[in-house]
Amino acid sequence: MQKVIEVQNLTKKFKDLTAVNNLDLNVYRGDIFGFLGPNGAGKSTTIRMLMTLINPTSGTIKIFDKPLKQKRNEILKKVGAIVEKPDFYGYLSAYKNLEILGQISGCDTSNKRIMEILETVGLETRAKSKVKTFSHGMKQRLGLAQALLHDPDLIILDEPTTGLDPQGMKEIRELIIHLAKEKQKTIFLSSHILAEVELVANRMIIINKGTTVVEGTVQDLLNATNLKVTFELDEIERAKKILAETQWQKKIESFGDYQILFLLEKNEIAPLNKFLVEQGILINSIVPKRSLEEYFLHLTEKGA
Amino acid sequence: MYTLVKIELYKIFRKWRTYIGFAAIGVMVPIIQIAMYFEGAHYLEFMTRSFKDSFVFVGNLLNGYLIAYIILGSLTIHIPFLIALVAGDLLAGEATAGTYRMLITRPVSRMKLVFAKFIAGLIYTNLLVLFLAVISLGLGLIIFGVGELIVIKDAIIIFAQNDILWRFIFAYASAALSMSVVLALGFLFSSLVENAIGPIVSTMTVIIIFTIFSAINIDFFRTVKPYLFTNYMSTWRLVFDDPIDYNEIIKNCLILAGHIIGFFGITLFIFKRKDILS
Ligand SMILES: Nc1ncnc2c1ncn2[C@@H]1O[C@H](COP(=O)(O)OP(=O)(O)OP(=O)(O)O)[C@@H](O)[C@H]1O
Ligand SMILES: [Mg+2]
Repeated sequence: MQKVIEVQNLTKKFKDLTAVNNLDLNVYRGDIFGFLGPNGAGKSTTIRMLMTLINPTSGTIKIFDKPLKQKRNEILKKVGAIVEKPDFYGYLSAYKNLEILGQISGCDTSNKRIMEILETVGLETRAKSKVKTFSHGMKQRLGLAQALLHDPDLIILDEPTTGLDPQGMKEIRELIIHLAKEKQKTIFLSSHILAEVELVANRMIIINKGTTVVEGTVQDLLNATNLKVTFELDEIERAKKILAETQWQKKIESFGDYQILFLLEKNEIAPLNKFLVEQGILINSIVPKRSLEEYFLHLTEKGA
Repeated sequence: MYTLVKIELYKIFRKWRTYIGFAAIGVMVPIIQIAMYFEGAHYLEFMTRSFKDSFVFVGNLLNGYLIAYIILGSLTIHIPFLIALVAGDLLAGEATAGTYRMLITRPVSRMKLVFAKFIAGLIYTNLLVLFLAVISLGLGLIIFGVGELIVIKDAIIIFAQNDILWRFIFAYASAALSMSVVLALGFLFSSLVENAIGPIVSTMTVIIIFTIFSAINIDFFRTVKPYLFTNYMSTWRLVFDDPIDYNEIIKNCLILAGHIIGFFGITLFIFKRKDILS
């Protein structure tokens, strides 16, 4: 499979702070690649290097198999991006902003094309409004429009759903999947929400403090990890006794006043539930949590 | 490149601050002209007092040319401020607005983007000087009519009516060159920071300090004077000499042009390597 992004030993230092530390990344054609990490993990810093806004302290970046440093313009013709929060010329209309950016890129800026892209992101009725009158979510949408305008092969999105309402989040998710599946685009999606990435990505990496924590296909990562399942019930003492004599005993993580926390594989949840019910113990709720998510939350808490 | 310059010009002329310069000139110059219309006779008398006894002045001395000459002389410290206002914003404004992230990630080299901005800034500068010329000379001639130009330097020089216009054209051209140096300096400062205020203030500070140094007549300042670009910003006055010292004018213009190229070169050098963190 063709590598679209190949990053090796990438490091960026800000004075004495190492924001990105020896990072390796491989993104393949057609991937929706999730780039996860808590606040300050180095996601935006990495994206800034991918977009040549800042220079790496060391390491190499290849995009479309070409060295970024030498072939910058040729590469960026085929890359669209949102880097951190989308900012535009507030004193110009959404339409004019896109027209200007498109002209600089040297792409099609016909009325038809610009209106088409504004429609894609749901801003067609606000085309003529000045951007300074836009809400954050609307700017985020315009940011997406700007990233897609020149029909790039690689789309790099830095937390594109921040500030969007649930409907907007869903639309963006669908758009991302559409772009990858129907248009064969490669998507590099940074986020600090695992659940969001999980829904769309096929491969992902979690970074913290500028280095890789885990990496792989989303499926493998999710399968490899057990679920932490909380069973909520009233008769905690009786349940304790019953479970003590069974194989379930060793799956117990901890007891609460009204919960038992198990570490299970997905296909064990139903049998355990059945067993308890058969013993006459009524279950109020079952809440599964993946340990990857736990792990990630743990990182996020530390990072925050 | 043409497209890039066009876009940068469009951005400049869609901003309010751009019109401050035109508005300031458009208001100041007519006010001076009106004041001159009513008070000009006194002014002229004051100017020529010491020569009164030895000369007999005839004809319309308080004419459009004289007014334009006086205005050009009195605005050379104010116009740099109007230039700095736009120059300081050219690059830093993009940082403040966060639009660098959109702009610098386009498939166009930073060098081209910076060059386009610089050219657009130069066009603004020259338009502003042209506007000054049209208002102060054009309007002046309409209000006051033509006549001989009397210039008092070490000696008193009187230019015949048909010997003046071309001098003004060269004077405005060399004023435009001087103002372009201000633009280049403001542009350089603008590349260093993420807010337009700093570059605007720094540019003015440099100009004011240099101007003061140039004016102090003690040995130390006389030695550094040739190295202060502000010293060459009054080159336009040399056009109103008789005879004109062309060598001196050419030398001064080359020095000014050298500063423009130098400042821009440094800007390019810095900007090409700069980490865009805004
Ligand atoms: N201009 C800068 N100067 C110094 N340190 C910086 C600068 N920009 C970022 N950093 C540091 O680099 C680290 C990584 O920041 P970065 O913005 O890449 O994080 P992130 O993963 O994008 O976080 P978030 O989820 O909050 O957007 C942080 O510790 C941050 O403080
Ligand atoms: Mg970030």
